[in-house]
Amino acid sequence: MHRAQIKLCNELREISPHVKNMKQLEYVVLARRVSQIKEELRQGVRKPYKEVIDVSWGDPHRAGLKPLTFVRQVLSTCLYPELMNSNRLPADVRQRAQRLLGGCAGGSVGSYTATEGIPEIVHSVSEFITRRDGGVPSDPENIYISPGSQWALTNILNVLVNREASTRTGVLTPMPCHSATTLGIMGLGGVVVPYYLSEEQGWELQVEDLHQALESAKGVCNPVALYVINPGNPSGQVQSRKSMQEVIRFVSERRLFLLADEVYQDCIYGENSEFVSYKKVLTEMGPPLSDTVELASFHSASKGFMGECGLRGGYVELVNLDPAVLKYIKTLFSTDSCAPVLGQLALDLMMNPPQPGDPSYPLYDMETQHIRTTLVHNAKRAVSVLNSLQGFCCQPVEGGAFAFPRVYLPPKAIQKAKEVGMQPDTFYCIRLLEEAGLLFSAGCEYGQKEGTHHIRYNTTDEIKRYSKYSINKYHIKTVFSSGQIPAWLKISGQIQKDIKSNCAL
Amino acid sequence: GTWCPLNMSQQAVNGVSHRGKVLTLDSMNPNVKRVEYAVRGPIVQRAVQIEKELKEGVKKPFTEVIKANIGDAHAMGQKPITFLRQVLALCSYPELLEDNMFPEDAKKRARRILESCGGHSIGAYSASQGIECIRQDVARYIERRDGGIPSSPDNIYLSTGASDAIVTMLKLLVCGEGRSRTGVMISIPQYPLYSAALADLGAVQISYYLDEDKCWSLDVAELRRALNAARQHCNPRVLCIINPGNPTGQVQSRQCIEDVIRFAKEEHLFLMADEVYQDNVYAEGCKFHSFKKVLFEMGPEYSSTVEMASFHSTSKCYMGECGFRGGYMEVINMDPEVKAQLTKLVSVRLCPPVPGQALLDLVVNPPQPDEPSYTTFMKERTAVLAALAEKARLTEETFNTVPGITCNPVQGAMYTFPRITLPQKAIDKAKEEGQVPDMYYCMRLLEEEGICLVPGSGFGQREGTFHFRMTILPPTEKLKVVLQKIREFHLRFTQEFS
Repeated sequence: MHRAQIKLCNELREISPHVKNMKQLEYVVLARRVSQIKEELRQGVRKPYKEVIDVSWGDPHRAGLKPLTFVRQVLSTCLYPELMNSNRLPADVRQRAQRLLGGCAGGSVGSYTATEGIPEIVHSVSEFITRRDGGVPSDPENIYISPGSQWALTNILNVLVNREASTRTGVLTPMPCHSATTLGIMGLGGVVVPYYLSEEQGWELQVEDLHQALESAKGVCNPVALYVINPGNPSGQVQSRKSMQEVIRFVSERRLFLLADEVYQDCIYGENSEFVSYKKVLTEMGPPLSDTVELASFHSASKGFMGECGLRGGYVELVNLDPAVLKYIKTLFSTDSCAPVLGQLALDLMMNPPQPGDPSYPLYDMETQHIRTTLVHNAKRAVSVLNSLQGFCCQPVEGGAFAFPRVYLPPKAIQKAKEVGMQPDTFYCIRLLEEAGLLFSAGCEYGQKEGTHHIRYNTTDEIKRYSKYSINKYHIKTVFSSGQIPAWLKISGQIQKDIKSNCAL
Repeated sequence: GTWCPLNMSQQAVNGVSHRGKVLTLDSMNPNVKRVEYAVRGPIVQRAVQIEKELKEGVKKPFTEVIKANIGDAHAMGQKPITFLRQVLALCSYPELLEDNMFPEDAKKRARRILESCGGHSIGAYSASQGIECIRQDVARYIERRDGGIPSSPDNIYLSTGASDAIVTMLKLLVCGEGRSRTGVMISIPQYPLYSAALADLGAVQISYYLDEDKCWSLDVAELRRALNAARQHCNPRVLCIINPGNPTGQVQSRQCIEDVIRFAKEEHLFLMADEVYQDNVYAEGCKFHSFKKVLFEMGPEYSSTVEMASFHSTSKCYMGECGFRGGYMEVINMDPEVKAQLTKLVSVRLCPPVPGQALLDLVVNPPQPDEPSYTTFMKERTAVLAALAEKARLTEETFNTVPGITCNPVQGAMYTFPRITLPQKAIDKAKEEGQVPDMYYCMRLLEEEGICLVPGSGFGQREGTFHFRMTILPPTEKLKVVLQKIREFHLRFTQEFS
């Protein structure tokens, strides 16, 4: 190589240190192997399974849930308005499409929109929030629609994280937490300050853990924000009102900005669980808290009944922010131009579904009931099956889309993982993939207490897919039941005792 | 979040201190305060306000606001391409695949796209880098465009508009402290996404001036001047070029592109080629040359060493589908370790909007001559591009008849960036009002004629010169009216301040 070439390559290795600090996703290793296995299966290589079943994504449609008919009918009509000139589609579909196109410049979903979103849709969002929160007012001026909730979160983090300061900015983040957020914080030059959820109490958020997190940050960074996920991802817990009040008091006392990720608010399964928004709880607590605690809450059309992850429609509502700062936030969002229009339309359809009496209502109602029943059933079934398997201990899934069971790995397995240079739970996932054709994601991706291991499993999966791999489930059972456990996976008697005592069965 | 002793004395109701906000102008990321984006800036906010006033019945000297500030073709009445919307409708509601309202070639493409989506739904996440078969199609498109030069799908990253990919690359490349802070070269004038991103990242902006007297062409001597000056206070590592240009509309000659590539190699610069207007070329004798093609035609000494990213999108050209946020970048000669870092970065976005990915697939896979939709598709495409060419010519011609306005030929893209001569009295008046002169001019135009342009100061210009950027997108009849009104306004304005 020419000297000049070597120099350039070396120089280009000088990239942003924040990006370099971001953890490489464990998922990349697994995804690569999945591609290879899929190719091998295509070429007829014999395996103990016919297909790879991927239960690692938080993606309802990929997991087999169908899009809502009304939503897709309206979107297709907005895309191709010729569909309005016929009776192919129900009257309410055509009316809604007409109304939505009326809010688009030039009557086209191909136009840019206002930075914060199509005004009529932003109003819809604020009205939805008010309805949801039992009348608490919501100001459309404080709402920004974005390409998915993570995009808005990244923008808000960008304002909070001061890269120029001598002390780095910290964000309190739950362990476990989905990786997009932790990577986002690191990519901006911020520090993830973990607070550990209490696994044995169903992944409950306990204020003592928040205090401990702040302690751990002393001398390391300057914490400015607290990020909570409710319902939890991957933890599946739904916060109690009492816990939320404690969090609000905590952020007020400790002067932290509250970031509330509430994208799973429509996915509630536990009989005794109820979603209430941080904004509502904050308002109920009255002044001065309700007037002072700075809050950003996030929601999207990616989860719940809609499951429209690919359309990238989300929003943030900002509460009690300094108006001077809000101006800069607006400019920051403006550099993104606007959220994709189909994503914005999806949000409107989510907030304003068909009502009783509308032609599309019966089908809409049937479809959403089916989804609700499926989600609840699958979540319960997943937990009970996982808890019936030796070596697994799974907390109840009250909400969200995932189970995050603890996997007890014997020392030999952990040793083997070290030898091949992998995290133990990644190693476990690879072996499970190889031997059972099942793709979970590894707990280390999300953060966990030292010495524990977990896997994340998307419980959305349709029942029929589930029974399709009950053969595989049996396979797991045979692989792990006593007498047939591979040496590397034998679980000691002590660990079995621990499992029994820790598991919330 | 640390407890400040100064606040100890504040007593409060309910034991909660009435301290100031957590997120203030002082505590926020100072870089964000430096971000400006004129295309959606103060003048546009005023335009929106005026629109509201009109709706409320407030009387004005005009009945509508013409938003010639933003490159949004559909907003100005350009019709979407039928074939593209048919396929997207089919992808969105696959039941329509049974409907004989749609041609076979549209259905075929829809089926193929749905096949590549999780759960056969455009509502599923895709891989962060974008749907694999679409990246393959993009790679093939690039090979065809560039006369067979190979393109690998692994080097293609689909994105949320080209802007997303541009910002991602800059995020990756900007590092260092103080005098070794990364410097990024960008043209003056430029599309202000670049200056905004550089401000946000705390990178050093290295401005190189395009030559207005030579039709906004790029002179390597000027690149060298800017670079050498910059070496004193930063570490220049990136060279950004927009071709066809925004806001200037110039289409760089092949020679110029070769010179830029040679310069980038000599000075060890990463080249970022923003080519989103590649189909928007109007002027006689002008042709779009992709940077990649020229690079490879310069031989292995360059093609195996120069590191580059080129950007394209579905927002411009003949499609004008801004609202879909579809785009991609192709990276060339990128170090594999650096690529691994890039993969991490794009995963934070989860994935680009799938409808935008699907749209991109159609743009790179349009109807072929033997397919049913071909005739209509070509007719619509040709009509759009021809209308733009005509409007480009009309705009240049009209502005050049106005004393005090000089307009370079609009060789490509979607904008005109004429130079305006402002009387000294007007400049003084602007200062009094606390506005830069061309903002004052544009605000007056907005209030008096209801036409929204963006002042040249939002894009950068030589000291002492003034410009505005206007899109050439309104329908021809309306454009004629707009040009006439600006002409009249300019004469009035000049008269007022003579």
